[in-house]
Amino acid sequence: MSEFLLTWSLVLAQILLGLAMCCATFRLVTGPRAQDRILGLDTLYVNAMLMVVTFGIRSGSSLYFEAALVISLLGFVATVALAKFLMRGEVIE
Amino acid sequence: MTLAHDFPVWAAILVAFFVLGGSAITLVGSLGLLRLGTFYARTHAPTLGATMGMGTILCGSALYFSVLETRPVVHEVLIAVFITLTTPVTLMLLARAALYRDRAEGSPDVPAAERMEEAPQRPESAENRSEHEEPAR
Amino acid sequence: MSWLLPYPLLTAALLALWLLLNQSVSPGQIILGSVLAILAAWMMAALRPQKPRIRRPVAVFRLAGIVLVDIVRSNLAVGTIILSARKPGLNAGFMTIPLDMKSPQGLAVLSIIITSTPGTIWLNYDAAKGTLLLHVLDLVDETVWIRTIKGRYERLLMEIFE
Repeated sequence: MSEFLLTWSLVLAQILLGLAMCCATFRLVTGPRAQDRILGLDTLYVNAMLMVVTFGIRSGSSLYFEAALVISLLGFVATVALAKFLMRGEVIE
Repeated sequence: MTLAHDFPVWAAILVAFFVLGGSAITLVGSLGLLRLGTFYARTHAPTLGATMGMGTILCGSALYFSVLETRPVVHEVLIAVFITLTTPVTLMLLARAALYRDRAEGSPDVPAAERMEEAPQRPESAENRSEHEEPAR
Repeated sequence: MSWLLPYPLLTAALLALWLLLNQSVSPGQIILGSVLAILAAWMMAALRPQKPRIRRPVAVFRLAGIVLVDIVRSNLAVGTIILSARKPGLNAGFMTIPLDMKSPQGLAVLSIIITSTPGTIWLNYDAAKGTLLLHVLDLVDETVWIRTIKGRYERLLMEIFE
């Protein structure tokens, strides 16, 4: 009973998160302006991090936790660098 | 797929509720990215996934591993703290960069800079630069 | 004692981070984590950051509770707007709020609270005039937002930091 419930709820949650990643990717690809694309990228990495956490629950291994932590930190650095690039036109001043 | 066979039903129901609720909220936030009309309205959408979606999914994960390993597993708190501290910073930087760009273009939709030092000083595109005739250094 | 622990809160947070990452509370990990946290706090002291003073620790917990409730409420509000409005984002707009708080730590915490609450985003703070530029998704009545931010968050933050 509990195995059935967990399996199907995790599959459904992963489908929902996959749809959310599709929305973010759509915004990343279509723009219309550079700041919209970066906003899409920001949403994409948060959604991907949540997806990795659900994979961790599915496999029952806490190794996925480290991957999620790294995604969240690298995504932060990437978005900050890109926003800085938009503001000044160069990353390192 | 290595889900435990003797996992208690009450915990399974709670984990399913948390994970499904969190992913549904994240999906709503990402839909907002498609449905909202302007960039500044769209910046509000990702915070749904980054606050409540993240919180509920991590709650589900912490509950699952705590019950599975019969000891408190709370290291999901770390991801929650990092995301809570970093997402506002990125959104603020991004919105300020967009405001700066819109002001540099003279867009009528954004409030004008109130003081001179806030106003964009450096023209961005090559056409603008040639009009201002910067002295060669 | 202050030469050993120049920033006790930072040291405690780093030790907690170390123990959470290693997922153990064995004595060895506690000693190693404490040594690393104290060394890191000494390095921080070389940078000489302005030391925040938390005057009322009880108010911190009250503020955390209020912010948690507000985040859940505005999540539901923004979700309803996204799903049910025919053209969502029509009411969105910019607004300015005069702030009385001057403490930089308080302003930093306020910016994180405002931006991480769905529906409002912090854009710019003018230190000379003490005004804050916000973008709000559901800007029907400006006075409601001014009352929320000044009455709910700013008053408590001023109690904590000033």
